[in-house]
Amino acid sequence: MDAIANWFASHPQFTAALIACIKAVVILLGTVIVAAWMIWLERRLLGLWQDRYGPNRIGPFGLGQVIADMIKIFFKEDWIPPFVDKFTFILAPAIAMGLMLLMFALIPVTPTWGVADFNVGVLLFLALAGLEVYAVMLGGWSSNSKYALLGGLRVTAQTVSYEVFMGISLMGIVMLAGSFDLRQVVEYQAQNGWNIIPQFFGFCAFVIAAIAVVHRTPFDLPEAESELAAGFHTEYSGMKFGMFFVGEYVGIVLVSAITVVLFFGGWSGPGVASHAWLAFPWFALKCLFFMSGFILLRASLPRPRYDQMMAVGWKVCLPLSLINLLGTAAVVLAGQGS
Amino acid sequence: MTIFFYIAAAVAVVSTLFVISGRNPVHALLNLVVSLLAVAGMFFMLGAPFAGALEVIVYAGAIMVLFVFVVMMLNLGKATIEQERHWLTPKNWVAPSILAGALLLALLAVIAGGGLHPAALAEIDAKQVGVALFGPYLLAVELASMLLLAALVAAYHLGKHD
Repeated sequence: MDAIANWFASHPQFTAALIACIKAVVILLGTVIVAAWMIWLERRLLGLWQDRYGPNRIGPFGLGQVIADMIKIFFKEDWIPPFVDKFTFILAPAIAMGLMLLMFALIPVTPTWGVADFNVGVLLFLALAGLEVYAVMLGGWSSNSKYALLGGLRVTAQTVSYEVFMGISLMGIVMLAGSFDLRQVVEYQAQNGWNIIPQFFGFCAFVIAAIAVVHRTPFDLPEAESELAAGFHTEYSGMKFGMFFVGEYVGIVLVSAITVVLFFGGWSGPGVASHAWLAFPWFALKCLFFMSGFILLRASLPRPRYDQMMAVGWKVCLPLSLINLLGTAAVVLAGQGS
Repeated sequence: MTIFFYIAAAVAVVSTLFVISGRNPVHALLNLVVSLLAVAGMFFMLGAPFAGALEVIVYAGAIMVLFVFVVMMLNLGKATIEQERHWLTPKNWVAPSILAGALLLALLAVIAGGGLHPAALAEIDAKQVGVALFGPYLLAVELASMLLLAALVAAYHLGKHD
């Protein structure tokens, strides 16, 4: 035992890399598990709000429902229709899940936990969110069926439109914090108060854009079951469908986490300065609040018409985030001048 | 780090070759996306993370998405693959190969001459890019913005309902 401890002590670089890898794996597994249990949380909360029970049979409070569903989906026949473009058909769900998990690498969970610190973290988040559209697009195109193609076309137009002001709405924060680094954004908020107050309009635009980019209800036009069957994943079955499905929940967890990091102070909160262990509970609590908020949005809002959604994006949210950008710039400049 | 640079460079070159020789338009565009991502990786390796991130956002995340979007809308199907096969005869490869070979020779001559700067001298952050854009390159930025405005007005005119 001592020999092993001595060996690790004499190779500090290796030990540091090993610890970083273990942290990364823990964050990855934590994300996937939280995303899977999001499915349970959503069904239970929807049940509660719609005055019914939801899944409550398997395990305490129905918590085992997710495990049962996962076992079922693993053993379902994974059928690839003969008319699809096979390579892209298989690639699409992998992109959906992989990119979502990759984005979690950017999130600073606590002062000491987090996978990667980039000095352009905000930009990398936007870049990966931009690439995420390929998953749905390729899924829709490779399926070679009209509903899937229409879903793919919708999601492309929707994501490209909403990404524009998603980036612009975040630039106000970058100006205030003076850095693209997500860790510095959190530290700025720990000292100067949460960004939600000075950047309220940026927050509104960002949340709307983020819901649209992860195509979550009410903006789930690409998979609107009333008109497009199941949209882009009509032809998918088995675990490939499961990847799209869980990927959506990873997306909700991710959007909640990034909203918390950018607008609600990340890990900062009362008592963190004196008790460092409080950092993670604060982060988790804030994330849970937003995850439940997204479920409430789904429970309460109807789906808009497609043209209405695009019009709101370009005619309301884009000008709003541009004005927010200019206003923040003016305030920051005035503050520097005095 | 140098080895990763060369891996990214090799990926960029190989995937670009696939873009040129590919018959299926969507697969060719996907190869182009891979090529652009590899170039972004090279920017990161050279110490220009800002340029690398913008490369992914603008080229891979927006422009290529629109390309794929148009190909999807046209929904060309099997017929175009046959057409491509018909067009890409060995005879048609000759002239472009000569032109590309001439460029390769010029590139090799430059590399052999040693007139290049060593990579990764310093990390260029967003602020330095901004200072450069609104300092020495201000005129180019203004001209580009006017060009984009003209394109925007033109697109609005083409897209408006009569």
